[in-house]
Amino acid sequence: MKFRTALLGAAAAFVLAPAAHAERGADGEVKIFYYQAVSTLNAYLSSGTKDVEAGSLVLEPLAGFDQDGQLFPRLAQDIPTVENGGVAADLTSITWKLKEGLVWSDGTPVTSADVKFTYEYCTAPDGGCAQGAKYEGIASIETPDDLTVIVKFEGPKPYPYQPFTGGTAPILQKAQFEACLGAAAQSCVEQNSKPIGTGPFIVTDFKVNDVVTLEVNPNYRDAAKPAFGKVTIKGGGDALAAASAVMETGEFDYAWNTQINPDQQKQMEAGGKGTFVNAFGTLVERIEINMTDPSPALPEGERSTVKHPHPIFSDPNVRKALSMAIDRQALVDIGYGGAGRPTCNLVPAPAYQASDNTGCLTQDVEGAKALLAEAGWTDTDGDGILDKDGKKFSILYQTSVNAVRQDFQALIKGWWNAIGIEVELKSIDASVFFGGDAASPDTFQKFYADVEMYANNFDGTDAEPYMSQYLCDKIPGPENQWQGENINRFCDPAYDALVKELSTTSGIEARGELVKKLNDMLTKDSNVVIPLVDRGRFSAKSNTLDGFVMNSWDTELWNVQDWTRAK
Amino acid sequence: MLTFTLRRLLTAIPTLLLISLVIFLLVDLAPGSPLSDVPLTVPPDVRQKMLEAMGADQPVMVRYFLWLKQFFWIEPLYGIDALLGTDFAQGAQRIISWQSKVPVFQIIGERLPQTLTVVGTAYLIGVLIALPIGIYSAYRQYSWFDQAGTFFAMAGFSVPTFFTGNLLILIFAVNLGWFPTIYDTNLEVVDWASFTKMLAQMALPVTVLALFNAAEISRYTRSSVLENLGQDYVRTARAKGMGEQKVVLKHVLRNSLIPVVTVVALGLPTVFGGAIVTEQIFKINGIGAALIGAINVSDLPTVQTVTFIFAVLIVMFNLIADILYGILDPRIRYD
Repeated sequence: MKFRTALLGAAAAFVLAPAAHAERGADGEVKIFYYQAVSTLNAYLSSGTKDVEAGSLVLEPLAGFDQDGQLFPRLAQDIPTVENGGVAADLTSITWKLKEGLVWSDGTPVTSADVKFTYEYCTAPDGGCAQGAKYEGIASIETPDDLTVIVKFEGPKPYPYQPFTGGTAPILQKAQFEACLGAAAQSCVEQNSKPIGTGPFIVTDFKVNDVVTLEVNPNYRDAAKPAFGKVTIKGGGDALAAASAVMETGEFDYAWNTQINPDQQKQMEAGGKGTFVNAFGTLVERIEINMTDPSPALPEGERSTVKHPHPIFSDPNVRKALSMAIDRQALVDIGYGGAGRPTCNLVPAPAYQASDNTGCLTQDVEGAKALLAEAGWTDTDGDGILDKDGKKFSILYQTSVNAVRQDFQALIKGWWNAIGIEVELKSIDASVFFGGDAASPDTFQKFYADVEMYANNFDGTDAEPYMSQYLCDKIPGPENQWQGENINRFCDPAYDALVKELSTTSGIEARGELVKKLNDMLTKDSNVVIPLVDRGRFSAKSNTLDGFVMNSWDTELWNVQDWTRAK
Repeated sequence: MLTFTLRRLLTAIPTLLLISLVIFLLVDLAPGSPLSDVPLTVPPDVRQKMLEAMGADQPVMVRYFLWLKQFFWIEPLYGIDALLGTDFAQGAQRIISWQSKVPVFQIIGERLPQTLTVVGTAYLIGVLIALPIGIYSAYRQYSWFDQAGTFFAMAGFSVPTFFTGNLLILIFAVNLGWFPTIYDTNLEVVDWASFTKMLAQMALPVTVLALFNAAEISRYTRSSVLENLGQDYVRTARAKGMGEQKVVLKHVLRNSLIPVVTVVALGLPTVFGGAIVTEQIFKINGIGAALIGAINVSDLPTVQTVTFIFAVLIVMFNLIADILYGILDPRIRYD
């Protein structure tokens, strides 16, 4: 049956072909390099960016994000809002309308049942859906007709655009995935590696963690697109090799995530075959300050818990001094080059919710010294290290093993030494640091150190879930197996109240103002979080590739249907 | 000989079981989590559900026995089904990679061709270069050829492949542009053009690996030939008035090759194992690259299965080397 529909589809495409614009597939093959090779094309089984992005050539959500972070319709007719009646006035439901005449690559129509099924697929027990957070707070999904999907939330949702938007929440075909619900999801090998989609390409061959080969979807909704007839996504090697393949040897047209150091960036640019492209999103490299006492002298189970406030960092001026001593521009120049810029914000974008906080950008060593002296920290015994009440200002600074992070540690240690702070450095293998194993003392959640450095961001453009991580009840501790997201153990009733207000406020502008306030409370007002570098996406593009637009809000391949070969 | 082989095969069973348990525990106890790669944007409760779906939250012994059952019972059933078109397995749960949700044996099947082509060719060429160099070096000991051969072997053996690999890429791929830097696993040899393409993409990695292999084997050959050249039977042969060519190539070589054959046979499992570093540098994506990729993301089923297959191959080739020894040297009898 499937084969017959495929044949029919092919036949239909053949008949329609002369009528279509002659450009489809005319530009031959485009070669893409993801040095972290693609493991699966089903975004619901992997939250790895590489898998989500490769899958986005085939599977599409109802709406995507453009380069400015604005939602634009993909499978939907338009973006529902309160004004156009798509979002209920009480914010408890959102109604999406599918485009008319949409078909899957196998020629069958896309219906609201597929959308509803996608929700069921991701929320089925034992399925281990990696994008479960996108579908939280949904009470039910109704499908009054083939084109209408009504998502009903459990309560008012001021930001109702989480489900079915962006590359991380694409629509699956019900007919194909019906047998893959719940525990069966993991063993649906054929479906996960060759999903049927609505995107511009279909998978013809998939070699796990190696290479994906795709060709034009004959049923793609725009008859003139895509210009490329074939896509190859190759994996393997490292970021440097990926950059070289585009910039120096010209073997590939586009290489994802070519994060290499500024010296290597210059050397690659000299190759003359391509350019680096960047775009800034919400990923911020930061130092998190532990508000609780990590001292090994405390009994196990009480270290780094709210029972014991931090003996040094409980004074906000001390935290401020740490931030003032850092030269963020120097960090960018050494570690990131074109892939980063200094920032004082935890939420650096999009513009409507980014605070204009720039006070930290100039390093002020003398000011930091003065602040510490004011706080009572002086060097009484002349050993170059500050002390107060017989206690030395000595801290442990940890992060994951990573060349750039170790450079940062060394630089920041130097600056902190200059204001009289003794710093001990520790670097932990990333798989342990980020592994979340409650039995390990070295996870970033356990935070058995005074300060730690890593990067974090949030999915999409709405910062509410991100700001909610700093609520008092999200503090990790032995009672929740160290699984909370409030890494700093920050707790401020005023902050909690403001987050609550955010959860009931609608309207982009008003929400943006609240996020700015929350951001300032964590950064410039309290210095609990010391933002360092706003890390952009950084990829390499061949000079022979036209139409590429870098996007930091959705997948980097978001407009692949518009790519062309430069003539 | 037959009883010897049977006895060795039987003792291999407990050995392999023990090896599999040790590997499993080592991989499991190693720090790291299959979720360390997952972005921090994924909340803790979703992470927990992902772990449960993988089965990674089960006790270690439960997972070990499940793996044993899958490896020795279910996977062979799938193998039989694939060969004969039967359905013995009846959809039983295979060994599935945590990272890619694909059966590990499918991954191995996809990876084996390029590993065998590149690493296998390199091994063959390495042996073919090593033998003449080793023999002639020994025959003309301390001559300039021997000195050059020694230098070549020292350099080949002590310069790491990640250095020679990158050096060759820089010279021949980046500066001269003769060869590609990235191995195309989709390339099928169907005509002359695709054949030359295949040769071009194999040239650099094969050179790097062949140099490394040749260095080792040429040293073994040289010392073995040297040892035999001083033997009484060589003097006898020469005294009988035999030509030098016949003495060296017929008498000395045959006797000298016995230890060399053993070394070559023992090295063969590494061909299947791939060359982790070289595969990574040239983006060959063979077995070695699969293993290192799986280790990086703590993909326990893949690491365990691939490592265990190496263990099986090493045990097997040890046996084969022993048997070969007996066949080549009539003085050696096991029974």
